[in-house]
Amino acid sequence: MTRIIRNARIEEDHWTRIDAATEAMPDTPSLPSGPILVPLALWQAQRAALIARGTPVGVWLDAGEDAAALANDLSQLDLIAVNFPKFTDGRGYSSARTLRERYGYRGELRAIGDVLLDQLFFMHRCGFDAFAVRADTDIERALAGLHSFSDSYQGAVDTPLPHFRRGDVDNSATPTTGATA
Amino acid sequence: MYRYTPTDQRLVDQRASQFSDQMARHARGELAADELRPLRLQNGLYIQRHGPMLRIAIPYGALAATQLRKLADITRRYDRGYGHFTTRQNLQLNWPKFEETPRILGELAGVQMHAIQTSGNCIRNVTTDHFAGVAPDELSDPRPYCEILRQWSTLHPEFAFLPRKFKIAVNAATTDRVLIRAHDIGLQLVRDDAGAFGPAGDYGLRVFVGGGLGRTPILGQLLQEFLPRRHLLSFLDAVLRVYNRHGRRDNLYKARIKILVQSLGVDEFRRQVEAEWALYRDGPLTLTDAEFARMEAQFAPPAYRPAETSAVSGEAAAPATTAGNAETEERAEFVRWQERCVHPHKVAGYAAVTLSLKKTGVAPGDISAEQMDLVADLAEQYSFGELRVSHEQNLVLADVHHSDLYALWQRARAAGLATANTGLITDIICCPGGDLCSLANARSVPVAQAIQLRFADPQRLHALGEVSLNVSGCMNSCSHHPVADIGVLGVDKNGEEWYQITLGGRTGHDAAIGSVIGPAFRADEVPDIVDTLIAVHQENAVGGERFADTLARLGAAPYRERAYAGRGRHPRQERNTADDADHS
Repeated sequence: MTRIIRNARIEEDHWTRIDAATEAMPDTPSLPSGPILVPLALWQAQRAALIARGTPVGVWLDAGEDAAALANDLSQLDLIAVNFPKFTDGRGYSSARTLRERYGYRGELRAIGDVLLDQLFFMHRCGFDAFAVRADTDIERALAGLHSFSDSYQGAVDTPLPHFRRGDVDNSATPTTGATA
Repeated sequence: MYRYTPTDQRLVDQRASQFSDQMARHARGELAADELRPLRLQNGLYIQRHGPMLRIAIPYGALAATQLRKLADITRRYDRGYGHFTTRQNLQLNWPKFEETPRILGELAGVQMHAIQTSGNCIRNVTTDHFAGVAPDELSDPRPYCEILRQWSTLHPEFAFLPRKFKIAVNAATTDRVLIRAHDIGLQLVRDDAGAFGPAGDYGLRVFVGGGLGRTPILGQLLQEFLPRRHLLSFLDAVLRVYNRHGRRDNLYKARIKILVQSLGVDEFRRQVEAEWALYRDGPLTLTDAEFARMEAQFAPPAYRPAETSAVSGEAAAPATTAGNAETEERAEFVRWQERCVHPHKVAGYAAVTLSLKKTGVAPGDISAEQMDLVADLAEQYSFGELRVSHEQNLVLADVHHSDLYALWQRARAAGLATANTGLITDIICCPGGDLCSLANARSVPVAQAIQLRFADPQRLHALGEVSLNVSGCMNSCSHHPVADIGVLGVDKNGEEWYQITLGGRTGHDAAIGSVIGPAFRADEVPDIVDTLIAVHQENAVGGERFADTLARLGAAPYRERAYAGRGRHPRQERNTADDADHS
């Protein structure tokens, strides 16, 4: 069974991901049993049948798919995933913030696809709490990527207040500067 | 200038450690070259024509003398003892060793410097007016806004992998010295004196979007007439989110925000931004008065000497007693330098001084380690220990007392830093070009030098008055040639270097993109063509008219006709291979 990072721990993953349909959309009865993570198009086509299965269902959005497509379905979903076709395609960061901040999604939000150590810090800041790191990635090492930085300037999902509104931040200038003024 | 807080320092230290770890993983084969590439670019590390190039960030062009001295030290120990200042106010090292770059970044962190986001598809170094804080025509100091933007953009979690690079410039003066409308976002600081947008006297930003030079030069369009300054970050987050979601990623050449704005139309783009912004407006990203006050305190004016009662306010008076005893020619040279390199200052008795990096024979923007050390000394002795980098690739000492000008000039002149050409035709803005840059289609430095040599006579040069001439080695237009009076663009024609000439570009609030005058020229023709264009100007200029104004009055036709007169359609000629060796 695949392992993923969830809530900053390495865990077994029980979900089966259904790839985007290349030909015909699979019928709901032909889907594997247990929790399934389906592409948006399948969800939109067979929403009622998928809910009627009675087992957990999640939807994965591709990078170009709009989070708004799930705005009315959040309560039905046990998992939302956002696909990164390449790690340099940054659209999923905005999708995550939109799901969390605009639509108030509180369930598991998982990054899938080309998910690598060096992006985990930013992904977590944007609202992802689960990471299916790329298969050839050393997941134990990747875990460290969540903690690349101890501080941040921006308000985002993990820390909504920007640094200038955080009371505990020491904003006094250090005397070690090169400036003489 | 801005001094790091413990938070700032930790972030820069951790960034250097992160990069060091990435390079180590790459060396062990755990991080493939393709995977390292975007990461190293966001730390300024390129692989260029001859090897690595490291672009060091100089946020909004502000440097302390001690930082410049450290840069000199780094160029000596890790490079070939010189650096190159860029049109985005950064410093490039052309010959670092790939494996030593993490150590360089570690050393930079020790003087509150870094190379974060100097390249890559992310928000780049914010640029501003090199006379920020001292310009008489300034509404308010733009640097607090720049530092707020530096912090907001640094390691922004959502916008590290944009469709393409994203450049922001801030201007606060009446004159636009930052090319506001040639940036992805251009911000002009304004004050709502009439109370038209809220409480009278509030500061805000006039926001332009979608400007850029490059392959498709487009001037930015007005996005917001008056954005109250407290909304700056929530609004920019909204702009970037719309761009991040909808900017094109299928074609590198159509990925800048300007293409998105053009395809949607600015009104539809604005509608989408405002719909996004509505959720965040007045939320936690709203800037506080306390934050503005904290930043403004960081840029408080230095301890200026009180004006002497007898001094004539604002006059850059020559120290007549000293210069009067000097040789006549030296005196004339000092006067020319004062005319070109000494600029007005808002405080009586003070001036801003340009140290020209445009001496003929030196690649524009290049500076040796020895010169860096000297400039650091000059900054400490004459300008409160600080200096600025201008987007024209010169250095500026912003706070020089009039009584120090002569001594400063003598020392700068001895070091080759007092070429009296700021704003003149030899103050050429020039990219590294084909000598170093792997994107270039043609060399730019030898062409720039050939043009400079045509104007070697100082009297001729000064009589000509202000002319901007910029040379780019490719369509990416790093030298901003489309907005120069005379733009020179290197193009490749079947392996030969040719140069296209544009006329009529303008910077400032009435910015304009120049028009190509016709078919391209060979490198050896370019100085003659420039001479011809100047001759047409001088024959027609009325009463000290500037080149740009004569051109606007006459139109390009007489210039174009003369440039091509008797040249036919450029018989093909083999490139002289000896040219290859003339810049090493």
